[in-house]
Amino acid sequence: MINRKAVINVLGLLIFLLLPPLTQLFGQEYLLSLFSRILIYGLAAASLDLILGYGGMVSLGHAVFMGIGGYSVGILAFHSYESTAFMSWPLLISGTENALLVWPVAVLAAAFFGLVTGAICLRTKGMHFIMITLAFAQMAYYFFVSLSTYGGSDGLSLYNRNTMPLFDLGSDVTFYYLCLGILLVFLLMGHRLMQSHFGRVISGCRENEQRVQVLGFASYRYKLACYTFAAAAAGLAGALLANQGEFVSPGLMHWTKSGEIMVMVLLGGMGTLTGPVLGAATLLLMEDFLAMYTEHWMVILGPFLIVVVLFAKRGLYGLLTGAGGRHD
Amino acid sequence: MLLFIEQLLNGLQLGVMLFLMSAGLTLVFGIMQVINLAHGSFYMIGAYVAATVAARSGSFLLGMAVALPVAAAVGMTVELTVLRRLYKRDHLDQVLATFGLIFFFNELTRIIWGRQPLFMDIPAWLGGAVELLPGVHYPVYRLAIILVGVLVALFLYLLFSRTRLGMQIRAGASNREMVAALGVNIRLLYTLVFGLGTMLAALAGIMAGPILAVEAGMGESILILTFVVIVIGGIGSVRGALIGALLVGMVDTMGRAFLPDVLRFVFSPATADTLGASLSSMSVYIFMAMVLTFKPAGLFPAHN
Repeated sequence: MINRKAVINVLGLLIFLLLPPLTQLFGQEYLLSLFSRILIYGLAAASLDLILGYGGMVSLGHAVFMGIGGYSVGILAFHSYESTAFMSWPLLISGTENALLVWPVAVLAAAFFGLVTGAICLRTKGMHFIMITLAFAQMAYYFFVSLSTYGGSDGLSLYNRNTMPLFDLGSDVTFYYLCLGILLVFLLMGHRLMQSHFGRVISGCRENEQRVQVLGFASYRYKLACYTFAAAAAGLAGALLANQGEFVSPGLMHWTKSGEIMVMVLLGGMGTLTGPVLGAATLLLMEDFLAMYTEHWMVILGPFLIVVVLFAKRGLYGLLTGAGGRHD
Repeated sequence: MLLFIEQLLNGLQLGVMLFLMSAGLTLVFGIMQVINLAHGSFYMIGAYVAATVAARSGSFLLGMAVALPVAAAVGMTVELTVLRRLYKRDHLDQVLATFGLIFFFNELTRIIWGRQPLFMDIPAWLGGAVELLPGVHYPVYRLAIILVGVLVALFLYLLFSRTRLGMQIRAGASNREMVAALGVNIRLLYTLVFGLGTMLAALAGIMAGPILAVEAGMGESILILTFVVIVIGGIGSVRGALIGALLVGMVDTMGRAFLPDVLRFVFSPATADTLGASLSSMSVYIFMAMVLTFKPAGLFPAHN
């Protein structure tokens, strides 16, 4: 089926696919790391879209899962350099830099934190839900700030990226394509999931949770599963981001980061999955672009956000495709 | 024991600061049903204006006299231009727009006052310390903060229970249409309430000026604690804000002061210090999670 949405999606995909050769052609390799970050934040924003756009759960603590994913990479690498064990009882867990081990750990750690905190947060609604997700994120933030072994508020530096068989993650081009591949797999999975029976229940909870319950669905369990899945994906994004910048710090899970991811979702278009990736690209490119002209770029970005919220309710993706977009 | 009394007063002082912040925010939450993340910006603006005027004129009181109306004017302008459009929107829009406001105000203060933090002097007539009990010396300025908090609490109580304006505000919270039908200008009322909340936040900022560094972003650290207070106290309840603020102030101060010592009974000193440091910075949030497990709507849920 050829429509505007398909054309936009294919165009976007082509741009992302052709970017590395183009940047080399024009000698602008620094753009590659910026676009890698766009892909990673796009993954985080798309995962937030599952709970925010589809599920109507306004979480102001999503960055915490990125932080947990990032710290999983950082802490295991730290113990690998020091040749010490992360834990010696009841299981012996030593440090490692093998991505095939570290990344699943990052995903599981974030998912576990999402499951536990989600179980508490989802007992509440509306304003309380926003505040509680925020509070849990702050709790984790201060926890990592006080971990002096792992650098406290200064964070941890990695000497090199994780290793993986067949892929040389140290190469920026390979790393970029890996991020792109992971993002595409997630978008396809998320799309299928939201079209499925499960996704219908989640969307139903956004529209009217009571009706969903009357129809016999245990809405709480569905929402918790969705929340945990989104947390896991954000954890993977955090692991990628730690590798991309070879650095993790508590700043990764500061509540303003959660706010920025939320901005990406809204800017791109809620409940579209692809929109948030566009939102991430727009926000990060805008930051980069404005920063070239003035160090006070936030004084422009702030009012821009307000205008978007007040007047462009469907987000950029909605404007471009002329469809989809936001549900009120 | 002496240390305990001193920490008790410190907890009370932090609680009072949090009350000044949360009283205004909970009113805006409860009455207009709007989440305002930019509340911390008004705290910052109050501190900056007061610090500037006090440094130029040498008078702390003059600084306060200028900063309060300036902050209220900024707050009411924000209400008229941005927040008013958000009352009917969902919480997500409110969060994002006021998030944009934070960006704007933080950067604006950096443009006007630069990146270096300002330092405010404690006025001479509030300097020094008094001996409250034999052996317990406590700074006069911190006592003054506690006094200001008590006065504000008293003022708010009288305003809400004894005046016509207070009655209208309470009525506006429970039924907006009905109050408007009775001929009260509800829009003006909302702007006034917002201005009042802004002024209380600015007052907290001014009082905090001499004991903290005045810098861009100073509002955010207290903003999050303010949210915790409001959620614990029950959204929309000023009484809840008062109790919540005092509880949070106490839990935070006591945790930081005594948790490491308590943990030393069980763990080795090094472990106790690390664990104590992380547990005490999380204590407030753990406390909140505990309260909400038993009372999901907070301790004193507002009537609506």
